[in-house]
Amino acid sequence: MTFTLIFEQLLNGVQLGVMLFLLAAGLTLVLGIMNMVNLAHGSLYMIGAYFAITVSQWSGSYLLGVLAGLVGTLLVGMAVEVVALRTLYQRDHLDQVLVTFGLILFFNELVAILFGRSALFASLPSYLQGHIELFGGIRYPVYRAVVIAVGLLTAVLLWYVVTRTRLGMLIRAGASNRTMVAALGINIRLLYTIVFGFGAALAGLAGLMAGQIYTVQPGMGELILIQVFVVIVIGGIGSIRGALVGALIVGIVDTMGRAFLKPLLETLISPAAANTAGPALASMLVYLLMALVLALRPAGLFAARG
Amino acid sequence: MIKPLHSLAAGALAAMLAFAPLAQAQQKSLKIGFITTLSGPQGIIGKHMRDSVELALDHLGRKVGGLPTEVVYGDDQFKPDVGVQVAEQMLKRDQVDIMSGIIWSNVMMATVPVVTGAGKIMVGTNAGASPLAGAQCNELYFSTSWNNDQSPEAMGKHLQDTGVQELYVLAPNYQAGKDMVSGLKRFYKGKIVEELYTKMGQLDYQAEITALRAKNPKAVFIFYPGGMGIQFIRQYVQAGLRDQIPLYSVFTVDETTIPALKDAAVGQFEARFWSADIKVPASQKYVADFRKKFGYTPSFYGAQSYDGIMLIDSAVRAVKGNVKDTKGMVAAMRKANYKSIRGDYKFNNNHHPIQDFYLLKAVKDSKAPEGVAMHIEKKVFEDHKDAYHQDCKMKW
Repeated sequence: MTFTLIFEQLLNGVQLGVMLFLLAAGLTLVLGIMNMVNLAHGSLYMIGAYFAITVSQWSGSYLLGVLAGLVGTLLVGMAVEVVALRTLYQRDHLDQVLVTFGLILFFNELVAILFGRSALFASLPSYLQGHIELFGGIRYPVYRAVVIAVGLLTAVLLWYVVTRTRLGMLIRAGASNRTMVAALGINIRLLYTIVFGFGAALAGLAGLMAGQIYTVQPGMGELILIQVFVVIVIGGIGSIRGALVGALIVGIVDTMGRAFLKPLLETLISPAAANTAGPALASMLVYLLMALVLALRPAGLFAARG
Repeated sequence: MIKPLHSLAAGALAAMLAFAPLAQAQQKSLKIGFITTLSGPQGIIGKHMRDSVELALDHLGRKVGGLPTEVVYGDDQFKPDVGVQVAEQMLKRDQVDIMSGIIWSNVMMATVPVVTGAGKIMVGTNAGASPLAGAQCNELYFSTSWNNDQSPEAMGKHLQDTGVQELYVLAPNYQAGKDMVSGLKRFYKGKIVEELYTKMGQLDYQAEITALRAKNPKAVFIFYPGGMGIQFIRQYVQAGLRDQIPLYSVFTVDETTIPALKDAAVGQFEARFWSADIKVPASQKYVADFRKKFGYTPSFYGAQSYDGIMLIDSAVRAVKGNVKDTKGMVAAMRKANYKSIRGDYKFNNNHHPIQDFYLLKAVKDSKAPEGVAMHIEKKVFEDHKDAYHQDCKMKW
């Protein structure tokens, strides 16, 4: 019983980790390659969710919604890069933070005007509802299993693109030395737009999958963005591998903390004290971990540069 | 050179004093300041409240207490400091005669001293902070809602009465979450197998639901207002637990969350002092006209706000439009002499209603615009007083 419970909670942790990874991958690329702090990454996540839910409700097809979410955020991401962010690469981080914070406000209000403030909910197609039976009587929701599969598949795909293709080589080169890449005659502006667009599409993918689990509402991106930044700090800026490892660590630590910290504390201190300390400590756990990583490896576990 | 100026000032002052009573008696209009949350995800509650105030004004022919009325709406943005700012603005710039509204206990706690300090009456239409019902009760503060503890007390009583032997309890980790659980425990004496406080604003409850299923309790009690509740219940239903373990809640399933929950709400038990299907003429009129005008079913947030305007109306009538007569207004309000949406009730010494509480169940209802509606199952408490009124020193 305890083992199956731990395993099931582990799956929950991996599922959260995978979701964080999709967001962190795009953000870490943008941060690593363009040296751009993009607070509005969460808005792209929100846009992906809204595109998917609107199109799937309008057309009645879930897959069409998924496609719309991916393509929609890709286009919105590229448009944002061209219109607003392109001029900011040479500016310092404070300017970037200000502009991208402005974008958050803009997108949240826009979505509130278009769709209203109350949360939207999508219903899953019948083939994604229900549970799969695992060993030991574990019943795991099909949809969450699919999320894990899609996330891990995306990780493999990203790994292939970054390490085995020409585009990936340019991305890695851009992460380690921008000036040199430009000096070698690579159109760095175009590369930036493409990278930003794909980063946005990854955020959109996370958003459209999250829409079925979380609430689709204005400001939904900001709720998860803080954890994504924690992932990047732990994983190391600019590193896809770091984003994956960091995301899985954060997802598992957060879930395990929520599930087992309180019962664990109850064996050590009084139940009443555990009741107060448990939840407080569980919500701090991820940040304590980040502090620990920062103390031991200030550049993160898998720093891309230096 | 100074003297003439002095006498001029003295003369002006004398004139002002002389004309002041005249100006008072000639009060020709009424200004009400109504604070709620209109922006952000919680803005939906504010919308219910504002629409209800507007309907109350319609029903009164736009004349509260016979005076042409203007309502100034303020957005507290779910923040106590903003609530205080808005209140000060209304009192000083807009010169409102009376204040009302406020959803959140922490905003209420911060705002009440500002309003009563300026000598104005505050008619709270939602927040039920316990200090304001107890030691910090105030002559100028009235509530048309309840004390926070009362709804969970009613649920605790119901669970106790129906012999639910063990309970699994979940709530967000903040003051109101703990208050709800202590309210529940005041009347529920069975075994609480787990008392779990989750992070405020948490949206994914898969880990908690997994742990819950492993414990397999007889029943589950939750307090998850707003988006948290929508998430929890949807995931509870998705996990296939709806038919296995009965789920009881307070302030979680209501007309603000039903449009999002839809069928996932069906079968949910809540405890409340009011429901849209309550057989009270004033309420039936309110609900029917509200649905006709706005196309959705009002929530208790709205009902309390409608009630707040009606309470003010009764008081302004009693003082014949002389709103400056604060003592007269307070005395009139204490009588609760109006057609309330909950039926007739009396105010306790702490200006909180002594009222009945019901067990509600979410059922499919083709008459409701949402397709799902809360229906009253049974009465749990008759004339229920809050637990804090003894701490209130006020006597009348």
